[in-house]
Amino acid sequence: MPPVPLVHVPILAVTITDATVFAVSAAVIVAGAIGVIAARNPVHSALMLVMTLFGIAVLFVEQSADFLAVVQVIVYAGAIVVLFLFVIMLLGVDRLDVMRRDPLPGQRPLALVIGAAGLSLLLFLAGVHWVTGARSVAGPAGGPGSNVEKLARSLFTTYLLPFEVTSVLLVIAVVGAVVLSRRPSKEAEPEPPETAIEPEPEPEQPEAETAPAAVEEEPAPTGIPGGGS
Amino acid sequence: MGDPLFAHGIDPWVFLIVAVKVIVAFVVLMVSVLLMIWFERKVISDMQSRIGPNRAGPWGILQTMADGIKLFFKEGLRPDGSDRTVFYLAPYLAVVPAFLIFTIIPIGGEVTVFGHTTEIQVADPQIGILFLLAMSSVAVYGLMLAGWASGSKYPLLGSVRATAQMVSYEAAMGLSTAAAVLITGSLSTRDIVESQNGSLYGFIPNWNVLRLGVVPFAIFFIAVTAEVNRPPFDLVEGEQELVGGFHTEYSSVRFALFFLAEFMNTITMSAIVVTLFFGGPDGPAPHVVRWLWPILWFLGKTIVFLYVYVWIRASLPRLRYDQLMDLGWKRLIPLSLFWLLVVAGMLIDTRWGFAVFGGGLAFGLMLYQALRVSRARTEVA
Repeated sequence: MPPVPLVHVPILAVTITDATVFAVSAAVIVAGAIGVIAARNPVHSALMLVMTLFGIAVLFVEQSADFLAVVQVIVYAGAIVVLFLFVIMLLGVDRLDVMRRDPLPGQRPLALVIGAAGLSLLLFLAGVHWVTGARSVAGPAGGPGSNVEKLARSLFTTYLLPFEVTSVLLVIAVVGAVVLSRRPSKEAEPEPPETAIEPEPEPEQPEAETAPAAVEEEPAPTGIPGGGS
Repeated sequence: MGDPLFAHGIDPWVFLIVAVKVIVAFVVLMVSVLLMIWFERKVISDMQSRIGPNRAGPWGILQTMADGIKLFFKEGLRPDGSDRTVFYLAPYLAVVPAFLIFTIIPIGGEVTVFGHTTEIQVADPQIGILFLLAMSSVAVYGLMLAGWASGSKYPLLGSVRATAQMVSYEAAMGLSTAAAVLITGSLSTRDIVESQNGSLYGFIPNWNVLRLGVVPFAIFFIAVTAEVNRPPFDLVEGEQELVGGFHTEYSSVRFALFFLAEFMNTITMSAIVVTLFFGGPDGPAPHVVRWLWPILWFLGKTIVFLYVYVWIRASLPRLRYDQLMDLGWKRLIPLSLFWLLVVAGMLIDTRWGFAVFGGGLAFGLMLYQALRVSRARTEVA
């Protein structure tokens, strides 16, 4: 197949529709982001995160990156936040007292400093000519050919090495999870590493009853050889 | 590429047509849910030598409507320990994805109204079938949050089961969908359906179920059954262990919404099976009223699968939880990965395909043997 020709789309051709979609989804994103940190209940925070992710997906669609939008919903909203919620529900941390104290000393001031640094970097970049709205390295998303085709072409040619390295990284993560979650066999030393992975279920919470089920099914996903990436 | 409706820009007529399509799709889905519940009860009664609903309307066909009206007039309760917002939100999170999946299904061919040609399908996005995966992963939230927000043990257990089950079977579902996408070379549902038109040797239909071997279809069907929590995978609402499952604390309209979502999902998933593997609206069309035949074919095929769902419900016992997880992770996912490789090989060259098939088979046998030996060793030790 011949390479997809690069078509120069007019830069910054903003229509009223574009602007409206952007404004609405930006409002959704920002509201969701504020909600994540403002909500008192971790489950509400996770839901607000889903809202932000959906807003970002709409922005992707607006940029003709349909594939990215769907992958965003499938992977982030559909898998990662579901896992967050799963952990929150199973460990029963949906109580306020768990969140009252900082898990790490000095976490909040540090977060403020890093946040301010990130924001100033963003403002700086927005002020300089770097953000021009020019076409991306892989060609405009709205041109001929489907998203998937373009994405696949650049992933498997230009960016082959980073792509493969990422998949190796994921395999390492899977192997690491298997190693960490493996129970030592009976002859080995009497399970010191187990306490490290399993936080003690607190007896007064009803959710604690579900904890054994989770431990039982944990090895199942990682038990497939070669199932990574 | 895409719906021809949008080829010449968007004018008020185009807007009107889209609006009409959305409303028609919604009404059709609602009515078919009403009929599906009646159909399911009637067929199950028949299989169990009972009569089933026979009071409301002819053959009891209005029974669902009566039940629905009754539910709407009941008192909606909310337990004290529940999370108010999420409790009210969850049923809608279950219903909306169920409806949205229906929008990408090609129901018929193309029609021309008021000078505008359009596909009989609400939306034909470029990403097509991925939308199904996205929506079915969003549908998890409805069940999960319903169980959590109820503030009660049994619903929470039910929803944790539901989430684990749905997330596990999504992988197998995605991989078997990928086989169909691979052979089509496009994600759009319309393209998937159109690539299945025609026939081999004049009489064998060119449907994906035959072109891909039956394996992806079988995996997809099983995974989808688990995904919509139909029997035999309805552990989510195991009455014996969980009182009622994730919806124990729900009543009135919100309870009805969960059931609506479940039946909508059953119908849309049958339609998706038909779309992916059975050619969708494909079928012989006589030269009278040409636009109607594809729709009839589509409806007929979908009803066959709906019947199969009911049949399965009437005949198979519920799986145990560990069996469910074993089936999903240890059998369906490796098998669908293997078959995906075989399909990819076959698309390059038949020899490659057979090589991958043989190699995969040998590798699988070795793996099986290795697992057996290691299990025997641990049992001895």
